[in-house]
Amino acid sequence: YNGTCLAKKGEGARAVPLAGHVGFDSMPDQLVNKSVNHGFCFNILCVGETGLGKSTLMDTLFNTKFEGEPTQHNQPGVQLKSNTYELQESNVRLKLTVVNTVGFGDQINKEDSYKSIVEFIDTQFEAYLQEELKIKRTLHSYHDTRIHACLYFIAPTGHSLKSLDLVTMKKLDSKVNIIPIIAKSDAISKSELTKFKIKITSELVSNGVQIYQFPTDDETVAEINSTMNGHLPFAVVGSTEEVKIGNKMVKARQYPWGTVQVENENHCDFVKLREMLIRVNMEDLREQTHTRHYELYRRCKLEEMGFKDTDPDCKPFSLQETYEAKRNEFMGDLQKKEEEMRQMFVQRVKEKEAELKEAEKELHEKFDRLKKLHQDEKKKLEDKKKSLDDELNGFKQKKTAAELLQSQAQQAGGSTTLKRDKERKK
Amino acid sequence: MSEVAVPEMMMPPPAMPAAFQVEKPVPGPGMGDFSYVGIDAILEQMRRKAMKQGFELNIMVVGQSGLGKSTLMNTLFKSKVSRKSVQATSQEKIPKTIDIKSVSHDIEEKGVRMKLTVIDTPGFGDQINNENCWQPIMKFINAQYEQYLQEEININRKKRIPDSRVHCCIYFIPPTGHCLRPLDVEFMRRLSKVVNIVPVIAKADTLTLEERDFFKQKIREELRANGIDVYPQKEFDEDAEDRMINDKIREMIPFAVVGSDQEYQVNGRRLLGRKTKWGTIEVENIAHCEFAYLRDLLIRTHMENIKDITSSIHYEVYRVRRLNENNTAIPCPPCPMIPHFPLKPL
Repeated sequence: YNGTCLAKKGEGARAVPLAGHVGFDSMPDQLVNKSVNHGFCFNILCVGETGLGKSTLMDTLFNTKFEGEPTQHNQPGVQLKSNTYELQESNVRLKLTVVNTVGFGDQINKEDSYKSIVEFIDTQFEAYLQEELKIKRTLHSYHDTRIHACLYFIAPTGHSLKSLDLVTMKKLDSKVNIIPIIAKSDAISKSELTKFKIKITSELVSNGVQIYQFPTDDETVAEINSTMNGHLPFAVVGSTEEVKIGNKMVKARQYPWGTVQVENENHCDFVKLREMLIRVNMEDLREQTHTRHYELYRRCKLEEMGFKDTDPDCKPFSLQETYEAKRNEFMGDLQKKEEEMRQMFVQRVKEKEAELKEAEKELHEKFDRLKKLHQDEKKKLEDKKKSLDDELNGFKQKKTAAELLQSQAQQAGGSTTLKRDKERKK
Repeated sequence: MSEVAVPEMMMPPPAMPAAFQVEKPVPGPGMGDFSYVGIDAILEQMRRKAMKQGFELNIMVVGQSGLGKSTLMNTLFKSKVSRKSVQATSQEKIPKTIDIKSVSHDIEEKGVRMKLTVIDTPGFGDQINNENCWQPIMKFINAQYEQYLQEEININRKKRIPDSRVHCCIYFIPPTGHCLRPLDVEFMRRLSKVVNIVPVIAKADTLTLEERDFFKQKIREELRANGIDVYPQKEFDEDAEDRMINDKIREMIPFAVVGSDQEYQVNGRRLLGRKTKWGTIEVENIAHCEFAYLRDLLIRTHMENIKDITSSIHYEVYRVRRLNENNTAIPCPPCPMIPHFPLKPL
C-alpha cells in the first residue's frame, strides 16, 4: 500500500485552533465513568514487627473492622496473609487487598526474613506477566494483585532504624513503593520525634534506600506533595475506639494523662498519611507500580531467560512461544532427569539382587561340599566298621572252631593230646 | 483467602447518566466528616492524570471521491483537520491506486489535549475495477496493530506505547436512496471484523425525510442479512443500561449527514450550513440532518468505548492470530535456567 504521513513533526503534529465547541472535553469524564463501572483495585502490604499496630492502622484508615481476631503468631518464619475486601464510597467500588506480614522480626535469626516478602511481591508480578504473555488473555478483567504500596512500620524506639529495617527496605525499594511510617508514635515525645525522623531520613539516604516520593510534576498537587515529602516518615497512631471530646465522638486512645486524637494533626500524622495514601496519590501509586516496578521485573525476567531486543526477527512470537517452549523444555528435562533417576534405581536394585543371588549360590555350593565331605567320612567310617565287624566275626568263628576241636580232642584221648601237645612243644 | 466486608458507607450512588449525555460524577462529602475515607477521590486523581497525558484518536474515512469526507471531518472537529486542508493540491487527481494518507493534529479544548489523526483513503471505489480495493486498507489497519504489538513485546518498552491503531472507520454511503451496493457490502463485511465501522449516508441533503427513512431501513436490513456488525456491536454491550442506550443508536444508524465548514446567518445566529436557492440546511439542526447525532456518538459519549473495543477486542483478535501463526524457525536464545539435580548414591 502507499502510506504517507503528512505534517507530522516528531511526536505530535500541528496545533490547530477550534472554531467552536467540539465536545471532546468530555473525554476525562468518559474515562472516569468507564473506570467507575469497572471498579478499582488497590493492594497494600504492611511490613512490620508483631505488635506494631498494623491491623489497627488499616482498620482506622479505611474506617472498618477488617479482621475478627488478632492473627496467630505461632508459625515459624515470616508468613504473608492477604485478605481482600470490597468497599464502596459514593459510586466508587474499591477492591482492597491488605497483606500482612505475620511473624516478621520474631525469629532469632532474621537473615532470611525479607525473603518471603520479596518472593510474595515477585509472585504477583509473575502472575501478571504470565497473563500478559498468554495468547488468549483477559487483561481488562484481570484482578490485579500487584502490591501498590508498602507501608513499612518502624518501631517507636526513638533512636534509629534497626538493621533489619534497613536490610528489608533495601531489598524492597526496587520492587515496591515504600512509605515508611513510625508506628505507635504516641510513645514518643514531640522533640524526640523530630530527632527520630531526621535520624531515620539520614539513615535511609546514607544507605541508598529509595522510598516513594509523592509526585511533584502535576502543578495541582505539587505543593502539597512536596510539603508532605518533608514530613516523611509519618508518625501515626491508630485507633478504632471512639472517645467523646467536647460534643463530638472522635477516634482516639485514652490514657490517664490525656487522650491522643487520631485525626488531630497536632497529635500525629495520621491525617497526612490518609491524605497522601488515599486521597491524593492512590492513582499515582498504582501507575508507578505498573510502569516502573513491574516493567523492571518484566525486563529482568525476560533478559534472564535470554531474550534480547536486538533481534527484531526473533521477537514477538518467540517471546510468547519460546517462553512456552522453554517451559515445555524445562518440564521435559525434568521428566528426563526423573526417568534417569528411576532407571538408575532399577539398575542398582538389579545389581544388588545379582550380588545376593551370587552369594546365595556360593552358600549352596559350600553346603553341598560340606555335605559331601560329611557323607564321605561317614562312608569311610562305615567301611571301617564293617571290616572290623568282619574281623570280629572271623575271630569268633575261629574261636568257635578252635573250641570245638578242643572239646573233640579231649573226648578222643585226652592224654595223647597232651603227649602230642608235649611233643609238639619239644 | 478473601473476605467481603461492605461496611455502612454513607452517600447513595448518584443518578446514572442519560443517553447521549455524560454527567460529571458527584464528589463525596467534604473533609472533617467522621466516617469519610476518601476513596472516591481517586476519580479526581484519574481525571488529573488523563488531563496531563492527553488523548489519542485515529479516525479513518472511507468512501468514493466527492462524498464530502474531508468536509465532514472539518465539520466534526470544527477546524481544518482533513488531508485536503493540509496538502494543498491545485488539481485533485483521482489516484490510480488507493492511497492511504494520514494527517495528525494537536487540538485542545478546555484543558483537554487530543492528538487527532485523520486517515484518508483517496482512490477507494474510484477505479473501474474495484476488486480487492479493501486490501490496502486492511493492510494498513493490520500494520498499525503490528506496530503496536511489536512495541508491546519489547523488553525495554516505552512508558506509553504510541497508539496508531485505527479506532474508528467512517464509511460513506452514497445517497442513492435504494440499497447498498455490492462494493459497500463487501467492504463493510470484511472490515467490520477488524475495526469499528460507522456507516453514514453522505450528502444526505439530496434525500427527503421519507426517502431517508426508507433508505436507512433498507441498509439496516442488508447489514443484518449479510451478518455485518457495525458499531456499536451488539455482542459488546456491557450491561443492560449499555444495551438500552446502544439499541437506540442501532435503530438510527446509518446517520444521514451533511457537512459544512461555512457559516451563514440564520434567524440572527451564525450557524454552520449549506446555502441553496431553496433554503439553508443547518448542519447542527437535528431536524435537518443527523450530523449532531454522529458527533455526539463519536466524540461526546462513545469515544472512550470506541477506543476500548479497538484495544481490548480487535487488537486482541489480531494478536491471538499473530501469536498462533508461527511457522518460521526461530533461533532459541540460550536457556541458562536448567537446574542440576545432585544424584545421591543409594
